[in-house]
Amino acid sequence: MSEREQKRRQAPSRETQTVEEAAPATSEQGEKIKAELDELLDEIDEVLEVNAEDFVKAYVQKGGQ
Amino acid sequence: MAIPKVCGTETEYGIDPRGMGEKNPIAASSVLINAYVSELQRQVGWDFEDESPGTDARGFSREGAMAPEIETHLVNAVLTNGARYYVDHAHPEFSTPECLDALECVRYDKAGERILARSMQAAARSLPDGQHIVIYKNNSDRKGNSYGAHENYLMDRQVPFGRIVAHLIPYFVTRQIFTGAGKVGTEAGSTGELRVDFQLTQRADFFEEEVGLETTLKRPIVNTRDEPHADAQKYRRLHVIVGDANLSEVATFLKVGVTSIVLCMIEDDWFGDRGFTLAAPVQAMRRVSYDLQLNHTLELADGRRAKALDVQWEYLDLARKYAEDRGLEPVGAEVGAEVLRRWEEVLTALETDPMSLSAQLDWVAKYRLLSGYRDRHNLSWDDPRLAAMDLQYHDVRPERSLYEKLGMERVVTEDSVTEAVTEPPAGTRAYFRGRCLQRWASSIAAANWDSLVFDLGGDPLRRVPMMEPLKGTASMVDSLLEECSSPAELLERLGS
Repeated sequence: MSEREQKRRQAPSRETQTVEEAAPATSEQGEKIKAELDELLDEIDEVLEVNAEDFVKAYVQKGGQ
Repeated sequence: MAIPKVCGTETEYGIDPRGMGEKNPIAASSVLINAYVSELQRQVGWDFEDESPGTDARGFSREGAMAPEIETHLVNAVLTNGARYYVDHAHPEFSTPECLDALECVRYDKAGERILARSMQAAARSLPDGQHIVIYKNNSDRKGNSYGAHENYLMDRQVPFGRIVAHLIPYFVTRQIFTGAGKVGTEAGSTGELRVDFQLTQRADFFEEEVGLETTLKRPIVNTRDEPHADAQKYRRLHVIVGDANLSEVATFLKVGVTSIVLCMIEDDWFGDRGFTLAAPVQAMRRVSYDLQLNHTLELADGRRAKALDVQWEYLDLARKYAEDRGLEPVGAEVGAEVLRRWEEVLTALETDPMSLSAQLDWVAKYRLLSGYRDRHNLSWDDPRLAAMDLQYHDVRPERSLYEKLGMERVVTEDSVTEAVTEPPAGTRAYFRGRCLQRWASSIAAANWDSLVFDLGGDPLRRVPMMEPLKGTASMVDSLLEECSSPAELLERLGS
């Protein structure tokens, strides 16, 4: 374990970078992502299989590796 | 010295015949493939002479065990891109041609999806009104039935199988954090105290053994099928059954690319004493798949505990040192460097903010989409609408596929995928197979991974062996093929 801990300190790029960038990025990017998701969910409503319950029930696969 | 990691995927697709009376998946799979193939030039049959899926990599043939079935009477075609397209275990299955690296493998894996989509259209044209076939690239019907998305890698026969097993098991168990295609609920008999609304992978519920020959029951984490489809003195084909069918190109690229590098490290005995041994690998498969927070620690055989991410970071660290010391030629130097870069990027994101990978990883994309829908409509996780969306994520029709709607990051261009639907890869023997089929299909009686059988009329059939996966490449045979005006001339020049 100690060896791995050491390596992490040698390669600080991961942890330090994210801490520095996370705060300003999250709110703006988070809003954008949420807006995109909302738009996507509107679109998806139009292509979803009509009767979800029957669709799921009818999907049976026998014999596979 | 590690050998080139020639690789490929084989995917059993889910099949849903609609409006066709009582469902017969074998008949429907045949209709589907026949419809595609008959719209192409001419069907070339598959030659089964060298197939022996019952041989075990640990060095013994089994007695009394049920041999995996070969259904020789079913549709079985070889395509001009060097791929095999056939009916297997009641599913249409597409095996990519032999690829030289992970990027090429992504191209052909994706070309397989396009071929299945085209097949659906061809089948709709050939079937009476009201009948059609719908295809899904997933691994489970969520009712306890699973079907495989396998990977294959060329390995040096000299490498002791025990070493392969030792270093693959911890890697396979933990790579699920980026290879998972995501699934609502669980199909495991019991998950004890754990409540599983959504899990990382489609397949983890179905693994019951650490090592074994089976692929349809008691599935093992490391499969020992020993059927090299190449010179058996020199090569082994590692048959990997533990993965999910990915739609995400980034996930396929990492799944095949990282595994290729890990296998090189195993061939070069790179791990020394830095390996992991999990205390209970089969349980760990599920535990990792059920852990959306990615913070569960797995028990190791020596009493320590490690998260899936810890294990992956250790493999990445070893891989970086391996790349510096030995280079990554066997996986393609440039592709290998890109694999390392993306591997680190994905592990970093999984550690800090997994949801930031919704354009890269299937399980993240699916989870985010379903969670959003669930919040919007205030649904519980067992609502059939979420199960339906889970399934529809994998629909291969672009206009119905939820994966396509998400517009996820690509690693290959659509033009290069379109090319891969008909053209073989240049760097393996698949090139010779594909080009011969393009030019002389009517003179080819049968094809196999390691041979082509020509029928020139009066003479006996003539078999051209292709026991070396790296012979028959464009640079080796292009001028030969150009100079030959007939298959007879080709056979004469080849001396067979």
